[in-house]
Amino acid sequence: MAIIRDMIPAFELFQPTTVEDALVLLAEHGQGAWVLAGGLDSYDWFKDRIKRPEAVIDLGGIDELTGISDAQDGLEIGAMTTLTEIVRHERVRSEYTLLADAAEHVATPQIRNQGTLGGNISQDTRCWYYRSGWPCYRAGGNTCYAAAPQAMNREHAIMGTSRCVAVSPSDTAHALVALDAKMIVRGRRSSNVYDAEDFFIGPATDITRMTVLESGDLLTQINIPGEWANAHFYYEKVRDRGSWDFQLVSVAAAFKTSGNTIDDARIVVNGVAPFPVRLDAVERLVRGTSVDEAVAIEAGEIAIQGSHALKYNEYKQPMMSNLVRRAVRSVA
Amino acid sequence: MGEAESIGLLETKYSRRNFIKGVIAVGATASSAGYFIGGSGLLGAQSVPGAAERLITLNVNGQQRRVDVLPNETLAMTLRYRLNLTGTKLGCDRAECGACTVLIDGVNRYGCSTLTHQVRGSSVTTIEGLENPDTGELSLVQQAVIDEGGFQCAFCAPGFIMSMTAMVNENPNPTRAEAAHALSGNLCRCGDYHKILNCAMRAAELARSV
Ligand code: FES
Ligand code: FES
Repeated sequence: MAIIRDMIPAFELFQPTTVEDALVLLAEHGQGAWVLAGGLDSYDWFKDRIKRPEAVIDLGGIDELTGISDAQDGLEIGAMTTLTEIVRHERVRSEYTLLADAAEHVATPQIRNQGTLGGNISQDTRCWYYRSGWPCYRAGGNTCYAAAPQAMNREHAIMGTSRCVAVSPSDTAHALVALDAKMIVRGRRSSNVYDAEDFFIGPATDITRMTVLESGDLLTQINIPGEWANAHFYYEKVRDRGSWDFQLVSVAAAFKTSGNTIDDARIVVNGVAPFPVRLDAVERLVRGTSVDEAVAIEAGEIAIQGSHALKYNEYKQPMMSNLVRRAVRSVA
Repeated sequence: MGEAESIGLLETKYSRRNFIKGVIAVGATASSAGYFIGGSGLLGAQSVPGAAERLITLNVNGQQRRVDVLPNETLAMTLRYRLNLTGTKLGCDRAECGACTVLIDGVNRYGCSTLTHQVRGSSVTTIEGLENPDTGELSLVQQAVIDEGGFQCAFCAPGFIMSMTAMVNENPNPTRAEAAHALSGNLCRCGDYHKILNCAMRAAELARSV
């Protein structure tokens, strides 16, 4: 439970107006710098004194980072575009409903009015051992408290783990992977484009980060290619309460269909691993098939192959299986 | 009255006045920016590009308020403890309850989870700013709340009323489900949701009739 303390500890606040200035500030302050987007994840860390940056770089004044524009093929979304803007954007609503749906499922109206797409996919995990400041692997220590025999791990991972069993908290990450989005990351010297699928990394790659972003990097833009526009989409998020809560398990899927035959599919689940999990085996199974209940059931079974439950999260296996089944069934 | 208004832990330790002195002292000692150095006093010289000045002007409830704000200060803190606008409540201080909801350029957001320095140049509306400043006439939403007798302890009321205000401005024709969705970022510890939704629907009705 959050404890009300008096005040966020002191930091220097910088409010640059260009990406260039932000990158200079990030380079200057190195490990002591903190990138502030909407701030909703950041302030918890600060108030709890678990993260104590010296310099906070607020991206809110950088106009070039906000807004959605038409690209030759698809959409370009500034990383600081709020979730509400995304939910309301006409083309997102009509052509990429999967993303509108996902964004609408984030937390609450107030949070969507302030939280950004870039922030939503860059936020840190909710594992409470980690967030309470326990010196776990992710925090640079040498154990995982959430995987210990007595641990409370109802919300933790059933796959993709490597020492750390925390899950990705984002409601939009898997939708972006399903849409094959591209992430533009700018550093001081170079600029890189990552497939959404590669932007999110697991603990096997680096246990202290959830994305490719390293100190000094800035996620500036998310491009949605036209490839999956107007596909058949399915999004479902299971959570404890109807607002605020992070997902327990959630599925985002895009299908290209002719009748009830699936020509191509991208099916991604989140809340089950430290990164959004793309279900290649399920996609292979359903591609080229005409969907019936048997296919849907098999898809659900294949989806959880190789998963391992912890003490309190066994329910995530049937939940994930059922969500994948429903996603596939929605095509029929 | 203002002296008695405080949030749990603070109250036991500090009077409101001491608290304000306290945070200024923290800023002076723990920040490396040297805010008090230089001829311009609190202005702390813009030696670094993009560095935030401390003495700022905020547009709150239609008034320009000159106020000295720490870089690490939330809007809810500034409103309550510097501008004495204690109608905005602090419940959780964690973006988890909605008690601190204010309008920023007409959009409902959590004052506890916004830095004051982020709203320079925006217009902030708090519960105190809803009535007509000349006549004291209540806003439609406030009137609806009185008509329907919503709320029990009403600690959540200012936050809900701000969210309802944003809702009727945007969609004066909501279904009950849409109203519930629009208010889903506010919690009522008394569980008075049914009557709160009655208020919201009544507010929308009043908004349609003007
Ligand atoms: S006090 Fe801000 S949401 Fe609870
Ligand atoms: S009326 Fe008491 S918290 Fe809502």
